[in-house]
Amino acid sequence: MKKTGHLIHEYLRSSKRFPHIWCAGCGIGIFMNALIRVIDRLGYRKDDVVLISGIGCAGRLPVYVDFNTLHTTHGRALTFATGIKLAKPRLKVITVMGDGDAIAIGGNHLIHAARRNVEMATFVINNQVYGMTGGQCSPTTPYGVITTSSPYGNPEPDFDICRLIEAAGAVFVGRSTVYHIHLLDRLIGKALERKGFAMVEVVSQCVTYSGRWLGLDSAVEMMKWQRDRSIVVEKAKRLSEAELKGKIVIGVLVDKERPTYHEECNKLL
Amino acid sequence: MSKVASKQILLQGNEACVKGAMLAGCRFYAGYPITPATEIMEVMARDLPKAGGVFIQMEDEISSLGAVIGASLTGAKSMTATSGPGFSLMQEHIGFACMAEVPCVIVNVMRGGPSTGLPTQPSQGDVMQSRWGTHGDHPIIVLAPSSVYEFFELTVEAFNLSERYRTPVIILVDEIVAHMREGVVLPVEGDIEIEERPRPSVPPEWYIPYGDPGTGVPPMSAFGDGYRHHVTGLYHDVRGYPTTRGDEVEPLIQRFFSKISRDFDRLQWFDSFHTKNALITVIAYGCVARAAHQAVKEARGKGLEVGLIKLKVLWPFMRRTITKVLDNSRKVLVPEMNIGQISREVKRVNQGRCEVVTLNKVDGTPINPPEILKVLEEMYP
Repeated sequence: MKKTGHLIHEYLRSSKRFPHIWCAGCGIGIFMNALIRVIDRLGYRKDDVVLISGIGCAGRLPVYVDFNTLHTTHGRALTFATGIKLAKPRLKVITVMGDGDAIAIGGNHLIHAARRNVEMATFVINNQVYGMTGGQCSPTTPYGVITTSSPYGNPEPDFDICRLIEAAGAVFVGRSTVYHIHLLDRLIGKALERKGFAMVEVVSQCVTYSGRWLGLDSAVEMMKWQRDRSIVVEKAKRLSEAELKGKIVIGVLVDKERPTYHEECNKLL
Repeated sequence: MSKVASKQILLQGNEACVKGAMLAGCRFYAGYPITPATEIMEVMARDLPKAGGVFIQMEDEISSLGAVIGASLTGAKSMTATSGPGFSLMQEHIGFACMAEVPCVIVNVMRGGPSTGLPTQPSQGDVMQSRWGTHGDHPIIVLAPSSVYEFFELTVEAFNLSERYRTPVIILVDEIVAHMREGVVLPVEGDIEIEERPRPSVPPEWYIPYGDPGTGVPPMSAFGDGYRHHVTGLYHDVRGYPTTRGDEVEPLIQRFFSKISRDFDRLQWFDSFHTKNALITVIAYGCVARAAHQAVKEARGKGLEVGLIKLKVLWPFMRRTITKVLDNSRKVLVPEMNIGQISREVKRVNQGRCEVVTLNKVDGTPINPPEILKVLEEMYP
C-alpha cells in the first residue's frame, strides 16, 4: 500500500481551500480515503475519471479530489453521469451520493440507472440522516427513531437500498460499513472494474446527528455499533428473516452478467 | 444565413427543428415523451444515432436535462425538447446550466397551462416562465419562431448562441408552428455559420475555468481533455471552487449578465412589415405573428396605416427595437395567446410614449386575422 503522503499530494487539490466541511468523526472522509486508495491501486489516469455527486454532505466530496469533478443538483447526480458516460464512453464515471440524495429525491434515477445498465460505479454513503440540513429523518432512518423532523419517533420503516437496486437489475451490488475498511476497499475495486451499473452501499456514521439520535456519543461508539451489527452475507444466508432483523448484511450481494446499455445499443445499429 | 437553390421539401415544424439541430452539430439528445413536442424526440431517435450521435429516452424531464448538461460537459452539443409540465420540471437544471455555464438547447412546445392544461392545443403562456422559471437572478436567451423555416433557422441559432455565451438557450414555440407542415428550402452544410464554444488555448496548469478572458465568456474545456476542474451549482470562484465571499459571488453573477448584455445589439432579431409611417404597429411573435401579418395586409388594403413587428428574440427583451416602435407609432397592439406576458414588457418599456392595446386569447384556439383586424379598426386613430 502506498504511503498516505503520496495519496494526499497526488489526489487532493492543493489549490482548494482546506479544511473540508465534514465534522470530526464523519465517515465520509474514510470513504474518500478508500476511494482514492483504490483508484490509485487500479492505476486510472486522473484525466479519465469523472467524479459526480449530488447535494448534501456526501455531495461535497468531489471538490477535494483532483479528477474531473461535478457537483450537481439534489438527487440528480446519476442523470448527469448518464449523459457523460453516453457522450464520452472512454471516461470512468463514478457517482457519490448520500442516502437522502440517492433514495429519497433521487430514488427514481437510481432505479432507472440500475435497470438501464450504463457502465458506472455508484456509491451511496448511508448515514441514516439528513446531516447538512440539521438531522432530519431520511428513508434509511430506522423506525421509531427521534430526529428533528420526527420529534415523536419515525413512523416509517427504513429502506433496504441494496435489495431495491438488486430488484432494479444492477449487475453488482455490495454493502460495507466504513468500519470494515478492507471489505470497503474490495467492494470499491469490484464496483469500479465492473462492466455495467454497480452500486455499493457504504454504511457510515453521522456523529453530529444520527449518533445523537441513536444514543451513540462518538465516532468510536458508532463504528463499534457498525461492527457489532454487521454480519457477512455468507453467514446471513443461514439465518432467518427474524434473526437478521436489525443486522447490517455486508459483502457482495449481487454479482451477475448482463449486457450493458452500450452493448445493447451496438447490437441494434 | 443565405438560402441556396436546393430542393423544396415538406416539413413539419418539429422535424425542421431536428434538421436545424443536426446541422448545428447536435450530437446528444435526451428526452421524455410529451405532447406536442414528441415528434422532436421521435425523429432524433431515428436520425441521431445514424449521424454518430447519442439518443436516450430518460425517465423524466428532470433527468433529460441532467443528461443533456452532462453530455455538454464532455464537449457534445446537446439538446432536449418538452412542453409545459416537462418544462416546469426542468427549471432547476436550467438554473444549473446558467450557474455552471453549460451550453445546451431546450425546446418548449407550448401548450395551454397551468398544470396538464390543454395538451393538444396551442398557447403562448410560458413567456414569463422561460424568463423567470428557475430561481434566482440569471440572464437567459429565448427565441420564438413563427414558421417551419424559422424553427429550423432559430434552432441553428440557438445552438450558436448557447455555444458563444455558454448559456442555456430556450426555443419557445407554439403547438401550431410545431405541428404545421410547410414547404421549405433548407440551406446545406457549409452554407451556414456554425459556432463552437470557446476552448482553452493555454496548458492545463494555467487554465482558469471561470475567469473572465475579457469577453465575459470563459473558455470551456471538456471532461476528459486533460483540464481537470470542478463544476458546481454553488457560487464559485474563478477556479470553480465553492465560495460565499461577497467579492467573489457578486462579480460572478454580474459577469453572467454582462456576457449577454454587452451583445444586446447583436440580439435584436425581428422582421418588420409596413412599419414606416404606421400609425398603429402590431407587436407579435410565434403563430400570432402570422395572423397579424395577414391582418395588417388586409388593413392596408382598406387604407389603414398599420404595420407589424415580428419578434424572433423574446429574451433578452429587445428594448432598443421596441423603443423605436413606440416612438414612431401612435398606438401599438400586442396580440398574444396568454393573459398578457410580452405586453407587460412592452408597457414597461413604453413609459407613456404611446397607447398600448392588448388582445389576449386563452381558450385554446389561435388568434385569427379577422380578430386582429377588428381590433385594429376599432383602435384606429
